[in-house]
Amino acid sequence: MMDDTDRAIINALQGGFPISETPFAEAGLALGLSEDELISRIAALRQSGVLSRFGPLYNADRFGGHNTLVAMAVPVDRFDQVAAQVNAFAEVAHNYQRDHHFNMWFVVAADSRARVEQVLTEVQAMTGLPVHDMPKLTEFHIGLKFEA
Amino acid sequence: MDVSARDLDVLAALGDGLPLCRHPYAELGAGIGMDEGEIIDRLTRLRQAGVIRRFGIIVRHHELGYRANAMVVWDVPDDQVAEIGQRLGRCPEVTLCYRRPRRLPDWPYNLFTMIHGKDRPAVEAAIALMAGREGVGHLPHQPLFSLRRFKQCGARYGQPRQAAE
Repeated sequence: MMDDTDRAIINALQGGFPISETPFAEAGLALGLSEDELISRIAALRQSGVLSRFGPLYNADRFGGHNTLVAMAVPVDRFDQVAAQVNAFAEVAHNYQRDHHFNMWFVVAADSRARVEQVLTEVQAMTGLPVHDMPKLTEFHIGLKFEA
Repeated sequence: MDVSARDLDVLAALGDGLPLCRHPYAELGAGIGMDEGEIIDRLTRLRQAGVIRRFGIIVRHHELGYRANAMVVWDVPDDQVAEIGQRLGRCPEVTLCYRRPRRLPDWPYNLFTMIHGKDRPAVEAAIALMAGREGVGHLPHQPLFSLRRFKQCGARYGQPRQAAE
């Protein structure tokens, strides 16, 4: 179970982690925690699955990376099978079932646009279902910080 | 900025996250034959240049108690989408806001907003509140609630195994 200290760590460190010789000591100072205590708490949060990762969130656009959002209308009785086929691609970063005629929504991210398109072509060939890809045209906001 | 091959080595080494130890950048560098100072310089530049958007804890929102999320999609006239996108993007309810292409005739929506909440009624209430407050309730829109999450990992770049959103 998370306690108030864990929540304070999550709220303080979703960005802005120091890049220095002793970053945990520095970050701990602001939180009133020793270097070792902060390290072990982050390790425990990661172990519990609350953290998916401790590290960078990239802006793919800045280094030639490319990503897109893809929608598919998958027959309900084939849904799990198609999900397994799609998720097998390392380039698929998220996949959600949503309550709509287009019921499968996933993100494809790769080093190049060509590789993204190749993945889309392969998914279409493998499943026999049309894919609708909707790359972002404008980003108005990217907060995605969560209060713990 | 140009992202060099050496930068990509650093990003690739970070694919599984920062080591959790007292000198994580030294440890990261040890794995790829780079000293701590060079790692720190490169990462600092990559962050300043915006290649690294955020650096630190990346949460799984579901495990944090945000059990419901809806991708609310809007069909906004093209001449208004920039203005309305900016407005909705600033709303406290919205965690992501993108303009995307329509795929007619199947998909008429061109503005996507992601709204997270503790449960479905909370998300529905947030959508209604926002639509009323921002004066966008008359635009065709639909919430697509998440039923199941199959995969949530950061995208990975660089080699050998690369880590973006």
